[in-house]
Amino acid sequence: MGDFPILSLTLFIPVIGAIIIMILPREQERSIKYLAAISTLISLVLSLLVFCRYDMTNAGMQFVESIPWVKDLGVNYALGVDGISIPLLLLTNLIGFSAVYASWQVAERIKEFFALLLLLITGVMGTFVATDLFIFFLFYEVVVIPIYLLVIMFGSSKRVTKEYAGMKLTIYLLIGSAFLLVGLIALFIKAQAILGYPSMDIKTLAGLNYPVAFQIFAYSLMALGFGTLLSMVPFHAWSPDGYAGAPTAVSMIHAGVLKKIGGYGLIRIGLFILPAGAKYIAPIIALLAIGNVVYAGMICLSQKDLKYIVGYSSVSHMGYVLIGIASLNLISINGAVMMMFAHGVMAALFFAMIGNLYHKSHTRNVADFGGLAHQMPRLATGFMLAGLSSLGLPGTVNFIGEFTIFVGAFRNYQILTIIAISGIIITAVYILRTLGNLLFGPRKPEWDHLQDLRGPEMVPLLVLGGAILLGGILPFTLMDLINSGVGQLLTQIGPIQIGGIF
Amino acid sequence: MNYGLLTTEILTAVLGLIVLIAGLLLPERGKKAVGFLAVLGLTVILANVILNFGHEAVFFNGVYQIDIYGNFFKVLFLCAALLVFFMASRYTEFFGQRKSEWFSFMIFATLGMMVMASAGDLITLYVGLELMTISFYILSAYLLNDGLSAEAGIKYLIMGALSSAVLLFGMSLIYAASGSTVFTEIYRTLSAAGNIQPVLVAGIVMMIAGLGFKISAVPFHMWTPDIYQGAPTPVTAYLAVASKAAGFAALVRILLVALPLSLFNWSLALAVLAALTIVIGNLIALAQKNVKRLLAYSSIAQAGYILVGLVAANSYGLKGVLFYAMLYVFSNVGAFAVTTMVEVETGSTELEAFNGLGQRAPMLAAVMTVCLLSLAGIPPLAGFAGKFYLFSGAIQAGYLWLAFVGLLMSMISVYYYLIVAKAMYIGISQKEGPILVPLTARLALWVCLAGTLFIGLYPGPLSRITEMAIGLFL
Repeated sequence: MGDFPILSLTLFIPVIGAIIIMILPREQERSIKYLAAISTLISLVLSLLVFCRYDMTNAGMQFVESIPWVKDLGVNYALGVDGISIPLLLLTNLIGFSAVYASWQVAERIKEFFALLLLLITGVMGTFVATDLFIFFLFYEVVVIPIYLLVIMFGSSKRVTKEYAGMKLTIYLLIGSAFLLVGLIALFIKAQAILGYPSMDIKTLAGLNYPVAFQIFAYSLMALGFGTLLSMVPFHAWSPDGYAGAPTAVSMIHAGVLKKIGGYGLIRIGLFILPAGAKYIAPIIALLAIGNVVYAGMICLSQKDLKYIVGYSSVSHMGYVLIGIASLNLISINGAVMMMFAHGVMAALFFAMIGNLYHKSHTRNVADFGGLAHQMPRLATGFMLAGLSSLGLPGTVNFIGEFTIFVGAFRNYQILTIIAISGIIITAVYILRTLGNLLFGPRKPEWDHLQDLRGPEMVPLLVLGGAILLGGILPFTLMDLINSGVGQLLTQIGPIQIGGIF
Repeated sequence: MNYGLLTTEILTAVLGLIVLIAGLLLPERGKKAVGFLAVLGLTVILANVILNFGHEAVFFNGVYQIDIYGNFFKVLFLCAALLVFFMASRYTEFFGQRKSEWFSFMIFATLGMMVMASAGDLITLYVGLELMTISFYILSAYLLNDGLSAEAGIKYLIMGALSSAVLLFGMSLIYAASGSTVFTEIYRTLSAAGNIQPVLVAGIVMMIAGLGFKISAVPFHMWTPDIYQGAPTPVTAYLAVASKAAGFAALVRILLVALPLSLFNWSLALAVLAALTIVIGNLIALAQKNVKRLLAYSSIAQAGYILVGLVAANSYGLKGVLFYAMLYVFSNVGAFAVTTMVEVETGSTELEAFNGLGQRAPMLAAVMTVCLLSLAGIPPLAGFAGKFYLFSGAIQAGYLWLAFVGLLMSMISVYYYLIVAKAMYIGISQKEGPILVPLTARLALWVCLAGTLFIGLYPGPLSRITEMAIGLFL
C-alpha cells in the first residue's frame, strides 16, 4: 500500500459525508440516508482492509502517517494502528454502520441527525488511530457536543427528561476530561523539561523516565478522566440516565465504543507512558472495579426499564475491563481489550433491539411485554444473542474476553477476582429474568400489531450478531492481533510488579 | 526616525475626521456611502499594517513604539472593527440620522486602542486609553430612545472616570518612585535602585486596578453586565473584544517592560485575580437569562483565562495571551453577530428570542453554536488551542492549581453555552419563516466561522506570528 493514507481516508470519509449531507436540500431524505450508509460502509470496508493487511509478525504501529502540525507544541498529525487499536477501530465502524441502519426510521430533521452522527463516528475513530497526544485529545472531546445535540433533539423522555440526560452526560464527561487535560498538560511540560524540546508523540513520551511521584500524580488524574468515561464507580451516574435519554444510535455508539476510549486511554496513555504510576494506582482501580461489577449488577436486578437494565449492566461489565487493566499482565490486558470489543458489539446489538422495540411499541417497561417471540421471532433472536453473550455464554465473543480477564487477574488479586466472577451469576439472574419476561410465555394479543424486523432493520442484527458469533467461534483471529499489540506495549515498558499503595 | 511608520495612526485619525465631515456634508441619500467609506478606509489601513508588519522603530526616546507586538494588536483591532461594521449593517438603521457619526466614533475608538498598544510611556498610554474610553461613553449611549442604553452610557461614564482616576494616581506614584514616565527609563531607574519602595507597590496596585477595569477582571467587573446589556449590540461586541484586547496589550507591556518579574513579583497577586475572575464570571453566567448579559459574564471569565497567560509570563503563556486575544475576536464577534441578527429580527436578546433558530436560520444557529463552544474551549475549535497555550504556560510556571481552576471552570461553562444551543435547537419559536440575513452580515458570519475553525484545526500559523510578537519580552 505504500504511502496510501488509508487511516486518514477511513477517518475523514464520514466527515465528507456529513458535509455533503449538510449541503443537500432537506427534502432529499432518501439520499441523505443512503449517503450516511455509504460513507460508513466505506469506512467499515477500509478498516476491515486494515485489519486484514496488518502484519502481525512485525507488530508495532503500522499504516503510519505523520505531518508536522504545530511546531512549538511538538504536535504532529500522526496516525497509526497496532494490535490494540485495530479491534477498536473495527468495532467503531461495525457499530457506526449498524447505527445508521438502526436509525432508518428517524423522520424529523434527518439532515441534522445524520450529519451529527457521522461527525460523532469520526471523533470516536480518531481517538483510536491517533498516535499523538494532542490529536488524541482533540478527537476525545469532539465527540461530546454532537452527542449532546443528538440527545436533546432526538432523545426520549421517560424517567428523566432528555434535556436533563443530555446535560448530565455532557457535564460529567467534560469535568472528567478537565482532570485528564490537566494531567496531559502536566505530562507535556514535564517531558519538555526532560527532553529539551516539546513533543506530543506518545511513543517519545513513553520512552522517558519520569519521577515516580509525578507518575502517580499524572496517572491518578488520567484514571479520573478516563475512569469517568469508562463509567468507573463512583463516576458512573451519567451512564444509565444518558443511555435512557439518548436516541438508539447514540446509545449504541456511546455504550458500544465511546466508553472504550476510557479503557483504551488507560492502556495506551496511562500504562504505556506512566507504568510506575499505573502500578501504584492499580489496586485502587481493581477495588473500584469490584464496585462496578457487584454494585451496578445489583442495581440492575431492580430495574424495570429495558434501557436502564442494559445501561447498568454496561457499567457492571466495565468492571471486568477495569480489573483486567488493573492486573497489568499480558493475559489480563489481552482480555480487557477483547472484552471491550465483545461488550461493544453486544451492547450495541442490545440497544439496537431495544430501540426498534421502543419505536414500535412506545414503551420500554419489561412488565408490559411478554411472549414477544411469538410476534417478533427475529427481534427475539437478536435479544437472545445479545443477552446470552452478555452473560458470557461460551461460543460468544464475550466468553473469550471474560475468561481471559479472570485467568489473568487471578494471579494478582485472588479474592477480588473471585468476587468479580460472582458478577457472572448476577448478570445471569437479571438477563435471563428479563429475557424470559420479555420474549417468552403466553402470547399477548395487544402486541399482535408489532411487525418483526425486516429490510434495513435486519442490518444491525446481522452485522453485530455475526461479529459476536464469529469472535466467539474463531477467537484467535482477534486474539492474536491483540496479543501482538499488548505484548509489544508491555515489552517496551519492561517488567512491572503491582504494589505500592497497599 | 522613519515617520512613515506612523502612517497607520495618521491615516486612522484622518479617516475618522473624513467620515465625520462626510456625514455632515453629504445629503441624506449619500449617507449610505459613509459606511462604505469607513470600511474601505479601514481595509486600506489594515493592508498597510500587514505590509509593514515586521518593521520596528522607536519614536521620541521610547515614548512611542512601533513593533511586531503593537502591529499584532493593530491587526486585531482593525479586524474586529471591520467585522463589527459588516455585521452591523442592518442594526445601524436604528441609529437614524446619527449613523455616520457612529462610524466615526468607532474609528476614533480604534485609534485610541492603537495608541494604547504602541505606547511606550505612561502619558501616551493614558491619552490612548481616554480616546478609546470617551468614544465608548458616547457609543454605549447611542440608542437615544432606549432607557437601558442611556443608563449604560451614564454608568460607563461614572465608573470609567473613576477607574481612570485610579489609574492616573497609580501612574503618578510610579513617576514619583522612578522619576520618569517612559517604560524603559522606569525599568532602568528601578533596577538601579535595587529595592522596592512601598509607594511603588501602591502605584502598581492602582495601575493594575485601573487596567483591570478595562479588561473587566474581578473585582473590577461590576460595570460589565449592565453596560454590555444596555449598549447597542455591535458596540457591545466591539467593547468586549477590542477594548479588552487593548487593555491587555497595555497591561502586558507595562508589567513586562517597565516592571519585570525579576524586579517585583506581581505574578501571585495576578494569579489570585485570574482565579477569582474565572470562577466568579463563570458561576454568575450560569444563572443568566439574557444572552447579552450571559456573554458579558462569559467575557469576564474569558478575561480571567487570558490573565492566566500573563501570570505565567513565559513563552507559552504570553503566546497564549496574544493567541487567545485573536481567536476571541472571531469567536466573540461571531456570537454577537448572531445576537445582533436575532435582536433585529425579534427586538429582544432574551434567551427565548433564540428559540427555534436552528429551524428558522440554520446558518445563524450553527455559527452561534460553534462560536460559543470555541469560547468554552471545546476542540477542535480555536478556544481549545488558546487554552492549551495559556494553561501549558501556567503549569510550566508552577501554577498547577490555577490550571485546575481554569480547566474545571471552563468545562462548567459549557453548561450555559449549551443552554443557548438548546434554545436554538429544541426551543419552539412564536414566529415562523426564515430570517433574512443581509449579504455583508453573512460575510462577517462566514469569516468568524472560518476563523474559529481554522485557528482551531491548524493553529500553526497564528502561533508562529504570536511567537514573533512576543520576542520583545523574552
